[in-house]
Amino acid sequence: MDEVIKKILQKEVTMFYPRFFGMPTLRTFPPFDELSRMRQQMDRIMDAFGGRAPGAMGAGVFPAINLTEDDDHYNLRAELPGVKTEDLDIQATASNLTISGERKLAAVEESAKYHRREREGGRFSRAFALPKEIDPNRIEARLSNGILTIRLPKAESAKPKRISIGN
Amino acid sequence: MTDTAQKELKVKEKQEVATPAEQTRPGIIFSPNVDIYETDQKLMLLADLPGVRPEDLTVDLRDDVLTISGEVQPFEGPNEKDILIEYEIGKYYRQFTLSEVIDQGRIDAQLKDGVLQLTLPKVEKAAPRTIKVTAG
Repeated sequence: MDEVIKKILQKEVTMFYPRFFGMPTLRTFPPFDELSRMRQQMDRIMDAFGGRAPGAMGAGVFPAINLTEDDDHYNLRAELPGVKTEDLDIQATASNLTISGERKLAAVEESAKYHRREREGGRFSRAFALPKEIDPNRIEARLSNGILTIRLPKAESAKPKRISIGN
Repeated sequence: MTDTAQKELKVKEKQEVATPAEQTRPGIIFSPNVDIYETDQKLMLLADLPGVRPEDLTVDLRDDVLTISGEVQPFEGPNEKDILIEYEIGKYYRQFTLSEVIDQGRIDAQLKDGVLQLTLPKVEKAAPRTIKVTAG
């Protein structure tokens, strides 16, 4: 029994993960420490490049959105060319927003031959958790020229308040 | 649970134009996604141009070259701060060379919901007809 344990411990001892800086040290797990540190350094480099890795934007879920805020509202915009209002469904609670629907491509005759096919149709659904609470009763949404613009007013409790200072 | 007939849409990143002509104003230029298909009577071109209004779109045809070029209005108000930006705003530009099969005088362009639908009818074959002969 002792022999077996010794053998196992010996195996552990020899498994160390080489580090780029400093002396090799013992690690049992996780093997991803090295990778996460490399990723942190890459993030720092990317920040120096303007905060946006070229070509690596978004979660990959359709649609891509741009979320901005001012003092009273959040503004969410998405590019939805070819989506009609009746095919679009927006639901909201005080903290979440869900956009779902279907992009239908125009029907094409049977005899048609495609030379290029770059556009896609299909269903989509995406949910967002908003940074602060909003008032779902006063949301305004507009779809025009293929751009969906949603204005989400912040809940009163979420707006910053000026604090007066007494002496 | 998943309906195989209805696939989920994935985000497609916008393609930048590879070697744009030099611009006088700075800005990024995208190449819009297009579908081109052909029937016996016509060629149809559909292009995704979100954010382009009809007055900002130019469809130009000269020397058998069709050029689609659209401007987009910037969306941000002055007081807005970015939280999450997943796509960029920029102009759209794409060029195609047409064959002489197209009847260039009857091209029709419609812009709806950010999608340009371009109908390019093919030249009608000359209808057979008898030619009257007059004594010269």
